[in-house]
Amino acid sequence: MLAYAIRRFLLALLTIWAISVLAFAIIQLPPGDYVTAYIAQLASSGVDVTPEFAENLRQQYGLDSPVWVQYLKWMEQISRGNFGRSLEWRAPVLDMIGDRLWLTMAVSLSAVLFTWALALPIGIYSAVRQYSIADYIFTFIGFIGLAVPSFLLALILMYVGFRYFGANIGGLFSPEYQLADWSPGKVWDLIKHLPLPAIILGMAGAAQLIRIMRANLLDELRKPYVITARAKGMSEFRLILKYPVRAALNPFVSTLGYLFPFIISGSIIVALVLSLPTIGPLLLRALVSQDMFLAGTIVLFLGIMTVIGTFISDILLMWIDPRIRFERRE
Amino acid sequence: MSKAKPPPTYESPFQSELDEATFATAAEERVSVATQWQLMWWRFRKHRLAMISAFVIIAFYLVALFADFLAYADPHKTEAFRSLIAPQPIHFFDEGRFSPHVFALVGKRDPRTFKRVYEPDPTQKVALRFFAEGYAYKFLGLFKTNRHLIGVEDGNAEELIFLLGTDQLGRDLWSRMMVACRLSLMIGLAGVALSLVLGVLLGGISGLYGGAIDTLIQRLIEILRSIPTIPLWMGLAAAMPRDWGVVQVYFAITVILSLIGWTDLARVVRGRFLALREEDFVLAAELAGVGQMRIILRHMAPSFLSHIIAATTLALPNMIISETALSFLGLGLRPPAVSWGVLLQDAQNIQTVAISPWLLSAAIPVVIVILAFNFLGDGLRDAADPYG
Repeated sequence: MLAYAIRRFLLALLTIWAISVLAFAIIQLPPGDYVTAYIAQLASSGVDVTPEFAENLRQQYGLDSPVWVQYLKWMEQISRGNFGRSLEWRAPVLDMIGDRLWLTMAVSLSAVLFTWALALPIGIYSAVRQYSIADYIFTFIGFIGLAVPSFLLALILMYVGFRYFGANIGGLFSPEYQLADWSPGKVWDLIKHLPLPAIILGMAGAAQLIRIMRANLLDELRKPYVITARAKGMSEFRLILKYPVRAALNPFVSTLGYLFPFIISGSIIVALVLSLPTIGPLLLRALVSQDMFLAGTIVLFLGIMTVIGTFISDILLMWIDPRIRFERRE
Repeated sequence: MSKAKPPPTYESPFQSELDEATFATAAEERVSVATQWQLMWWRFRKHRLAMISAFVIIAFYLVALFADFLAYADPHKTEAFRSLIAPQPIHFFDEGRFSPHVFALVGKRDPRTFKRVYEPDPTQKVALRFFAEGYAYKFLGLFKTNRHLIGVEDGNAEELIFLLGTDQLGRDLWSRMMVACRLSLMIGLAGVALSLVLGVLLGGISGLYGGAIDTLIQRLIEILRSIPTIPLWMGLAAAMPRDWGVVQVYFAITVILSLIGWTDLARVVRGRFLALREEDFVLAAELAGVGQMRIILRHMAPSFLSHIIAATTLALPNMIISETALSFLGLGLRPPAVSWGVLLQDAQNIQTVAISPWLLSAAIPVVIVILAFNFLGDGLRDAADPYG
């Protein structure tokens, strides 16, 4: 069991390393480098830049050395907590990301919770009452949920909210809390605003999970032990919840690993449509203006967040599924 | 009182069962001599939703093929006067006889906002002509023509018909949507084709050799899958040089989308390889001294080809969604290229959408195509295993 956990942990570390390389590649890909961009910025604001100054800057940032040396330098800077400066905002990248990262996490986690809260009861119901009208309705809604990309769903809901309720339903805070410091009132305000993005983000995942849960539980319900228990007069409610549901629960945990990257991915676009103060809009702006240190750092952070989420789901899965726990001993 | 009895006809009490039995044997015989593809087709035919979806998808690709013919206005021609005109319904009957027409629009000034508004005038009817002349284009890229499915008498359909309204630059949405089918549907195919090559190659190697190579490729897949795709794609797409042309961007986007897309296919291929390697017929072929390449191509490939086709179909909608999402953000295809995502870009602003909701209409084909591909893929997956 420990061996499994360690293996997963090593894989997580490897993934984080791969993501750091990708993030670095994203920083490096556009033509020119940080200094060319910086000098162009200075020149456009009327400051004369001598070639020596540029050369000094290049040396200071180590841009004259080979790419892998630059990568190591970048890593070394990061290990000291220095993620570089944002060109556009003229501020340390970390200050820019700060709150937005936590809000992104809050939105993503509430989307995962919503996915589960919706998929678990509906999945069980659909399996137990297979081919009932409600089952068909849920199946239909499920397919729609799968087919409508989250950003389109957000657009449509925004339109409905705007058109028929006259309210702009975007954002994560009411205007009075927008710039306020954190307080219990602001947290409560945030909680009130979370359901809509959570529903939009969780819809596709929930649709998928309902299908998996239904199929798994149907398989389980046909097994002889269920018939035995029923023949012995166990109450139907306990009968279903005690073992079959437990056995069918696996996908809830095992899909978390894929659900998490999926939801974080979706949250980027949905945040743009709903104008949420999360990391998504910042990333898009950074990318469009080629503010590469900011963009690269955000990609790195999002990647690390996902890897941690995946790692936790692996451990959870190991905890509930003995087949995985004992895989190595056989 | 001896009356001649009619000769007794023999009526077996089991006649109906007998019939059924003969019938069953005939059906069984039919099944046992059918080829694998026939079996799959029979099974697929039973999946009604998948059948309908197949027709829907064929229809969409036909639209993509004949986009210019189905459009009636030049999709790139802008005209400030015709900005944001509302969709215009077609009236099919005029005083009881079939004569499709639309009401002409009359421009007025709103007395309060001084905005130019258009209102349909029921007294002025614009008759629609079939196979009318319009803007010139190359039919299937073969020869020049200016015939379109619908149009008006003197050829300036741009000024008279607005089936789905116009966008902010006064371009006709219906025509743009027809043309958008082309890029949106083709990028899915191109992306899937590329992922298929990568997936079959790497998945095949992984399943065939096993051991360290298998572990390496599996870890690679796991790593790729745990990276949130959209930020990664956004980063890569934003790194594309700004001065690239439509074709270059198109190609780059395809590559970017396949970067993750191949992992699913590789898993399917590997899974099938591992399962088939243990089969008796493979062992028999090996013992008979058949070469490895021949075993894979002649003996194994036919039995997992169907699974790959199903997996490919299920991968297509993801590609289409991804392209739409990237273009919607302004990081994918860029104007003057026209795709559904590019069209939806106009709908980014909620105020614009609230005033002119028809800008959202490009969402409808996206949803229909994705649903259809999902159903088709489901049907194919069920059919892929005719004995299951």
